[in-house]
Amino acid sequence: MSNIFYTLNVNGEDHQVADAWAGESLLWVLRERLGFPGAKNACEEGECGSCSVQIGEEVVCSCLVLAGSAIDQEITTIEGLSPEGELGDVQQAFIDAGAVQCGFCTPGLLVTIGHLLEKNENPDDLTVREAISGNLCRCTGYGRILEAVQMAAASRRGEKRE
Amino acid sequence: MPVTVARSLDHALAALEEFPEALILAGGTDVMVQINKGAVSVDQVVAIGRVPELQGWRREGDWLHLGAAVTYSEMMGEELSSLVPALAQASRTVGSPQIRNAGTIGGNLGTSSPAGDTLPVLFALDAVLTIRSSTELREVPISQFVVGVKSNTLQPGELIEKISVPVLEGPQEFCKIGPRNAMVISVASFTLLADQKENRVRSCLGTVGPVPIRSMEAEDLLSNSVNWGENTVSSEVLDAFSSLCADAAKPIDDHRGSAVYRRHAIKVLSRRAASRIFIEGKS
Amino acid sequence: MKRYKWQLLLGGVKNVSDLETKIPVSGFRIGDSAPRPDGIPKVKGTFAFSSDLWHEKMLWGGTLRSPYSAARINKLDTTEALLIDGVHAVLTHEDVPGKKVYGLEYADQPVMAADLVRYEGEPVAIVAANHPEVVRRALAAIKVEYEEIVPLTDPELAESTEPIHPDGNVIRKINLLHGDQEVQGDIQVEGIYEVGMQDQAFLGPESGLAVPGEDGGVDLYVSTQWLHADRRQVASCLGLNEEDVRITLAGVGGAFGAREDLSLHVHLCMLAMRTNRPVKIIYSREESFHGHVHRHPAKMWYRHHADMKGNLLRVEARVLLDGGAYASSSAAVVANATCFAAGPYQIPSANIEGIAVRTNNPPCGAMRGFGAVQTCMGHEAQMDKLAAALNIDPVQIRLDNALKTGDKLLTGQVITGTAPVDEVIRTCAEHVSSYRASSDLMSLPGGAGRTTDPKHISRGEAIAVGFKNLMFSEGFDDFSSAVCQLEDGVATITCACAEVGQGFVTLAQQITREVLGVEEVILAPAATETVGSAGSTSASRQTWMSGGAVQKACEEVRVQLLKRLAEEHEIDTENLVLVEGQVLSLTGDFSIELKVATAEPLEARVEYRHAPTFPLDENGQGDAHVSFAFSAHRAVVDVDPELGLVKVVELVTSQDVGRLLNPLQAVGQLEGGAAQGLGLAVMEEVLVTEGNIRNASFTDYLIPTSLDMPPVEIAALIEQSEPGAPFGAKGIGEPPSISSTAAVVAAIRAATDLELARVPVRFTDIVSVEESS
Repeated sequence: MSNIFYTLNVNGEDHQVADAWAGESLLWVLRERLGFPGAKNACEEGECGSCSVQIGEEVVCSCLVLAGSAIDQEITTIEGLSPEGELGDVQQAFIDAGAVQCGFCTPGLLVTIGHLLEKNENPDDLTVREAISGNLCRCTGYGRILEAVQMAAASRRGEKRE
Repeated sequence: MPVTVARSLDHALAALEEFPEALILAGGTDVMVQINKGAVSVDQVVAIGRVPELQGWRREGDWLHLGAAVTYSEMMGEELSSLVPALAQASRTVGSPQIRNAGTIGGNLGTSSPAGDTLPVLFALDAVLTIRSSTELREVPISQFVVGVKSNTLQPGELIEKISVPVLEGPQEFCKIGPRNAMVISVASFTLLADQKENRVRSCLGTVGPVPIRSMEAEDLLSNSVNWGENTVSSEVLDAFSSLCADAAKPIDDHRGSAVYRRHAIKVLSRRAASRIFIEGKS
Repeated sequence: MKRYKWQLLLGGVKNVSDLETKIPVSGFRIGDSAPRPDGIPKVKGTFAFSSDLWHEKMLWGGTLRSPYSAARINKLDTTEALLIDGVHAVLTHEDVPGKKVYGLEYADQPVMAADLVRYEGEPVAIVAANHPEVVRRALAAIKVEYEEIVPLTDPELAESTEPIHPDGNVIRKINLLHGDQEVQGDIQVEGIYEVGMQDQAFLGPESGLAVPGEDGGVDLYVSTQWLHADRRQVASCLGLNEEDVRITLAGVGGAFGAREDLSLHVHLCMLAMRTNRPVKIIYSREESFHGHVHRHPAKMWYRHHADMKGNLLRVEARVLLDGGAYASSSAAVVANATCFAAGPYQIPSANIEGIAVRTNNPPCGAMRGFGAVQTCMGHEAQMDKLAAALNIDPVQIRLDNALKTGDKLLTGQVITGTAPVDEVIRTCAEHVSSYRASSDLMSLPGGAGRTTDPKHISRGEAIAVGFKNLMFSEGFDDFSSAVCQLEDGVATITCACAEVGQGFVTLAQQITREVLGVEEVILAPAATETVGSAGSTSASRQTWMSGGAVQKACEEVRVQLLKRLAEEHEIDTENLVLVEGQVLSLTGDFSIELKVATAEPLEARVEYRHAPTFPLDENGQGDAHVSFAFSAHRAVVDVDPELGLVKVVELVTSQDVGRLLNPLQAVGQLEGGAAQGLGLAVMEEVLVTEGNIRNASFTDYLIPTSLDMPPVEIAALIEQSEPGAPFGAKGIGEPPSISSTAAVVAAIRAATDLELARVPVRFTDIVSVEESS
């Protein structure tokens, strides 16, 4: 296996990748080389969203990104979503709304929803459902997840949700 | 260097000249699935997703030129969706938001899957591809590019630079059947475009043959029978149109659907699409 | 820090302190919507799932699997694979140190195939190497000479076909005869129904890390539902004493029955012990479909007899379950299917034959609902047929026949616990939902595919009711264990109950707070070394069993504490209560801080058992179960009959819960279970042809997305305290997946006037297309 060396910018810091196999996905490199196991590997074929990360301004499946081609880009993972020691409002809402069961889909959802709420501060139910339609959850049936999104959105708008 | 992250078109073409059999990687939504499975060997990869010349789109008169790296999300954007509504509708049915942010029109063409969602729209538009290598530029009509199941006429050392389609005036419909309401591979799709300047319809059947299928017989019938002035069409014509569309399908049985169902689906979708664009009335 | 030694392996986890499971929050007691103790690490992405484990020296493992559903292995050559640079071990059945077979109920399944493979995906060899890509190349270099055999794939033929396994092709057959066998009804309705093979489709892939011990034992960190059952089998196959196999539960990404059987456990340990290195295996999604058991596909024939008023007189049924190549828990599944075959109704006479057979199809075993899901689809279809034949309202006919406390089941057992079936049905049927119709594209069948306009839609509504047992049955020694330690006012609970997402960890803290009045409750990792078996996280049993064990352990500590205080302070313990970190006397003349009173630690180690159950006799009669839970679902569907597209627009449910211990978590279970039921009704099926799985991926094995699920409305959570249950609470995990499938398919029938005898319902079941000759 011919090995490659490159640098990835993850959560604001540069990380060296040394002696890697060229075919490794960004998901694999994040998890197994760089110590960011937050993004998950439920399918590794772009069908579940558990590996979602933000690259630049977009949310993508990191399992479908060739790690060696993701140089010179700003990669943000779940680990980069909340400031040191504090929970972001969406994360807190997930806990408060009971939107976490096994938690495997949770990191991917938080990346997706974080991005949604940045673009849309008052998404209706169908807009949220479409935005998270690429994030499979097997435990919750999505009910508490949708509740968490509305809670976080409402609190950002300064409202109190009944 | 197994992975070349191309910074310019020339850079990409030079890499492809040196490694003509290299995997061309844009959004990765097809190629990476194969790599993750271990189904393709990774000797050389040329990543072209950020080549500036392949980004974006521009309108020149009645033609729209889309860079090969334009993503499904971009095709759903406000301006593009008003220029080619069917392409935006098709894009909205592809995968998930994550896939749509990464997957590209060039990638959809490069994979040439019978279920590729933009392909029927591009066939209906008689899209023209600009193909480049380090030594050549050629313009290829899409029907001569996508020629079989996952088979196209891209040669080693070549990449798709842009896709050119005419800007039509008139409503457009893209309808696709899947077994669930998100993230579905097409079971059957139907595209119908109205060209009110030429008083012609353009249509295309998707996923019911090795490549997208146009039935010129069906298009002729509808184009010549519609009352373009009043925008009306008779029930009989709609029935005949949908029968011709169904007849043109060459579907197979697979785990996603049966041939019989797919043909039936084309009949239903074609009639519905036409009756959305034209008001169904008496003959 | 022995209790956290597993964290030392978590090289990838930055904030190890997040993994401590204590929340110093007071006030979250029984009945409150206490937050999960593992919620913070899960939302931060620092929670360590079994696939996140990492060790500096670890190797990667992989499995070579049979591409054939039935074949002889004539030659197996690993020499080329061993020569590949980076490969540390290639092992086959010959290298299995101990017993070559394992199994939950019967040890009939080879660790690796020797001379015969019986299902597609059966493990044939395992590899350890320094990179997954090297593993893949090594697997490709192993040469296997298969000689294909014609597979047995029709379960109807299993009984009469040559055995494909020394144990025979019939895993279990039950002939249940109940009541007067001469009874006939004036009205009889018959039907044949089919349920396709559903997959649990948990998101967290099979994965784990095995670390060889210096003592010749092995430490295994793995996702599972039952640590001690795993240990028993792994030790047996490794030829080790059970104490030398130390299993610690790693974070589990869902289970739903698929982790009750072993998957990679023995393989992982074998590779670790052979290479003397830690070894990690993660299954790909495709491999996962081959690597675990699925829900039994079922073929069911029913004949219901009733009088002209709609009172059920007799039910005859034959339930055939395809168990696939190995037994797994098929014997228990078919017992369940048989016992609950006719639904929560009073039925004075019955003849039910339940049979689980062996074929070369993918092995089947536990999945949420465990046999009752399949028969619910059958018996509810029959109830609707009966209602139609008699022109009786479908809700009314169910109410008229509903079981209640004191009634007899098909097994002859009298229900002594609560059975509010009437209330469950009534509240569900009468619930006024908040659903508002929308013409938004995304709420129509076909969604973004723009297939359907509102005028193309036919809407249908229906109700279904189901039930099953809680806990294990038929005389099984069902127990759980827990340890409670109290020191410096902090309680530490050790319990091997596998947390798979259901929220037992939350309940454990709530129970401890309730009994001991402590603020801080630490949950030690679930491990075989430190505590006895908790039994399986299945059968909706852990709230009762492990909740009961935790309660019992805490109670014993409480008693010990009061006894100590009585001696030390010469007081009467009768009026002492533990509340909010204090021990107080109700008469007001004594108080002491718990922290002070427990400076000297206290500990209790207990086993908890439920009331005994008894085997079924040769007629399927016996007091085989402890308790039962009932549920009802009401579904509204929009169908595009021309295209066969379905959108479920409303799901309402009522459930009998005994007592609500954590309302928020209960809602999560009801919503999640309904989603799995919806999936089985309209989209989920493992497609098998000649024993080969055609859709082993999330591309083609479809589970509901957020656009497929409607909101689930809870009409009522019926609280009638269950005698004998800790806090009166019934398990709630399975009922949501039982009556939901039946309700959705019934609603599609209502919308289309079609019989729809099979789930999942496909386009072509709804659309009548002419088959061309």
